[in-house]
Amino acid sequence: MSSTAILSVTGLSKAFGGLLAVNQISFDVHRGEIVGLIGPNGSGKTTLLNLISGALAPTQGSVRLRRRELTGLPPHRIARAGISRSFQLVRVLPSLTALENVMVGATFGPDAVWGAEAAAIARALLERVGLGGRENAMPEAMTYIDQKRIELARALAADPQVLLLDEWLAGLNPTELRIGIALIESLHAEGRTILMVEHVMDAIRSLCDRCVVMNAGSKLAEGSPEQVLSNHEVIAAYLGDDHA
Amino acid sequence: MLTAILVASVLLGGAYALMAMGLTLQYGVARIMNLATGETLMGAAFGSFWLFTAMQLSPLLSLLFIVPLAFAINWAIYRWLLTPLVRRAKNQGMLEVDSILATFGLLFVIEGAMLAGFGGNYYSYSFLAEPVTLLGHSFGLNRVVAFGVAALMALALYLGLNRTRYGTAIRAVAVDPVAAGLVAIDVPRAAAFAFALGGALTACGGSLLSMFLTFNASMGVVFTMKALIIVIMGGVGDPRGAVIAAFLLALVETVVAALVDPGLTLAATYLLFVLTLLFRPQGLMGRRT
Amino acid sequence: MIFPMQRREVIAVVASTAALALLAGLPLADDGFWLALAISIASYVAMATAWALFSGPTNYVSLATAAFFGSGAYVVSALAETAPWPVVLVAAALVGALLALATGLATLRLSGVYFVIFSFGLAELIRQLVTYYQTQVTGSVGRYIFVTISASEIYWQLLGLCAIALFTGWAIQRSRLGFALRVIGDDETVAAHSGIDTARVKVLLFCISGALIALVGAVMAPRFTYIEPQIAYNPMVSFQVVIMALLGGSKRLWGPLVGVIPFVLLHEWIAGRFPNHTHLLLGMVFLLVVYFVPQGVSGWLEKAWRRIRGESA
Ligand SMILES: Nc1ncnc2c1ncn2[C@@H]1O[C@H](COP(=O)(O)OP(=O)(O)OP(=O)(O)O)[C@@H](O)[C@H]1O
Ligand SMILES: [Mg+2]
Repeated sequence: MSSTAILSVTGLSKAFGGLLAVNQISFDVHRGEIVGLIGPNGSGKTTLLNLISGALAPTQGSVRLRRRELTGLPPHRIARAGISRSFQLVRVLPSLTALENVMVGATFGPDAVWGAEAAAIARALLERVGLGGRENAMPEAMTYIDQKRIELARALAADPQVLLLDEWLAGLNPTELRIGIALIESLHAEGRTILMVEHVMDAIRSLCDRCVVMNAGSKLAEGSPEQVLSNHEVIAAYLGDDHA
Repeated sequence: MLTAILVASVLLGGAYALMAMGLTLQYGVARIMNLATGETLMGAAFGSFWLFTAMQLSPLLSLLFIVPLAFAINWAIYRWLLTPLVRRAKNQGMLEVDSILATFGLLFVIEGAMLAGFGGNYYSYSFLAEPVTLLGHSFGLNRVVAFGVAALMALALYLGLNRTRYGTAIRAVAVDPVAAGLVAIDVPRAAAFAFALGGALTACGGSLLSMFLTFNASMGVVFTMKALIIVIMGGVGDPRGAVIAAFLLALVETVVAALVDPGLTLAATYLLFVLTLLFRPQGLMGRRT
Repeated sequence: MIFPMQRREVIAVVASTAALALLAGLPLADDGFWLALAISIASYVAMATAWALFSGPTNYVSLATAAFFGSGAYVVSALAETAPWPVVLVAAALVGALLALATGLATLRLSGVYFVIFSFGLAELIRQLVTYYQTQVTGSVGRYIFVTISASEIYWQLLGLCAIALFTGWAIQRSRLGFALRVIGDDETVAAHSGIDTARVKVLLFCISGALIALVGAVMAPRFTYIEPQIAYNPMVSFQVVIMALLGGSKRLWGPLVGVIPFVLLHEWIAGRFPNHTHLLLGMVFLLVVYFVPQGVSGWLEKAWRRIRGESA
């Protein structure tokens, strides 16, 4: 199995002053796999994504993409190496149109396509995430889910080897949630590799091949969604000890 | 030689510390990077000069007028000039740009007023100019007295910030204005107060410096640079760091002036700045994240 | 959209070429007051446009214009008697770019505040260094500049620099660099995570801007005849460039152009009527601009234009 690992995280730690937000985390993500990263609020999931994407430098440990060492590289180098991400609090570019927002990913990503070609990629992706015909809309005038769609399309426009999603499904209503899950499922079907932080249990069950569970910065469990979600320690971490 | 330099830099560092504590209050609590801080300083220097030469008022007594006046003026500046910017800013970045621009304009207004009143000439006056001997070297009594007053003011500020209720509130705003608002601290008022207090401290530093320095209306930029660099070196919003950095800067300046060339003190200041940026951008006291 | 040239752009290019040709004829009509005024306007148009190339999209307020301007002028005083004029100009541009590079490398990796602080004292720093060098090494502060360049020639060179600055801005807007700048202006975090080397983009742009301003300093140097640090590194230059660019609006390429002309006229008037209060009054005008025209005149004009055309904002 480990021969096909695309992303390897080894002994990764991050301290904020005295707080160990991420503590000795190790796991692999394999090609074509969706791995869920779950855990209670404040357990260090976003910080872990920040360490992988280069937003933060780790205190210890390493991140590798295939065999390439990414530890300590600045975010733009990591993005060009083939890792794209979305943000927990959606970040669209307010002065750019929807189409231009998505083109950013293609233009500055690993393939560095420019001009009409980037526009074509962006147009196709807007269509794909359900925003066909909205190319010239300004993101500030769009709904929350549409902004999230733009962000996803922007990440996909880089044609990344690994896609990092930070609670991309959070804040959607039930209908939107179904659409969102179907969208990610279609990415899975085309063979994308995804590491997603998620709280929505239905989504985790239906989408993830494997889950890594974090609690207070440490890895608590790893395995299939059924396995980890029935694990006593995991239940205790989420709900408190008396429920275990 | 070495002790002479050390003592001289400690004496100079006192006034620097006041001006830097003033700026760190304005920047750390009120979140205004005040580019006119050097002009506040020079304004106070000219005030002391004028009161001394025209009214024969000792600069130590003139502090009693100048410091409260500076407090009032800075309060007004914050209320009428800066609050509208705070209100219209959609985010911290916009406020930063706007306040830089506004205080940059203010700099020219104050400098212009001083130029109109005093022209571009250099000024100094002779007050307590007799020498005193410290550790075997002689220094102007005015420098020693200025240091003593600065030390008293710094101590008063320290006690005020750490031992009083309102001081704690101000420190809370420095750490997190949103959270401070949630615990019923009147943040706009605390910011205005900190800005005014900062201006008063800076003015006090200016009056003290005027006792032993030669100055002119266009020198504000240099002092603003010094204050800014001390604040960055000490860690924004941290008066203790500002004090330490002020003495460090005074030491470096005194060494360069004594051993290399007095014309290179600003270059020495910049060198210190660049070293800070390269090795400790979070400041001497700041924690590395 | 960004790529193929639109009709509007073609019209703009044709119109500005025609305007340039027309303006180039000015010295034929008058070589006294009006030419002097035109030189002043052209030099500030070039500088304010160059300033806005960097500070407009990045929102990093550069207060260092005088440092670049003065250094360009000093290159002339050092080289003009020994090297041919084009070489002098290239050297001035290089010095400006290197100064920007050093400033950028020291500060632009970090937050914008450090950049502002560094740029704030830069002119004064270099002024002191030049003074130190001149007193220690050459033995005299100040130099005469013996270059035989007529006012008309200076004016034509400045027009050329204006054209270069505007063309550079236009070319950047159409390029990946310009696209990267817009992203950086919106959200640096997203820019970095999309693969943009934000520090490098900013440093590159600041170098271009610095080189252009140093060129203006070099071209203007012969106007001074006698050059000393106090004159070359005059902080008023930094101040005026910022206010002009703001008044016109730094978010649009043609913004600074709109700001320069009224401000130069106003400055002439104030300096004539209130010679002792120029500083004070210009400071007040600056504040008025910051408070009441935050988007610049070009922002207003664009809004008004849209309304006339019946489009909603
Ligand atoms: N830049 C930072 N500086 C200091 N502490 C931080 C920083 N970023 C995160 N933390 C702390 O690290 C811990 C982990 O935070 P993180 O955002 O990674 O949690 P999370 O698992 O993503 O939570 P959530 O599910 O609420 O998004 C928290 O205690 C948080 O306060
Ligand atoms: Mg999170």
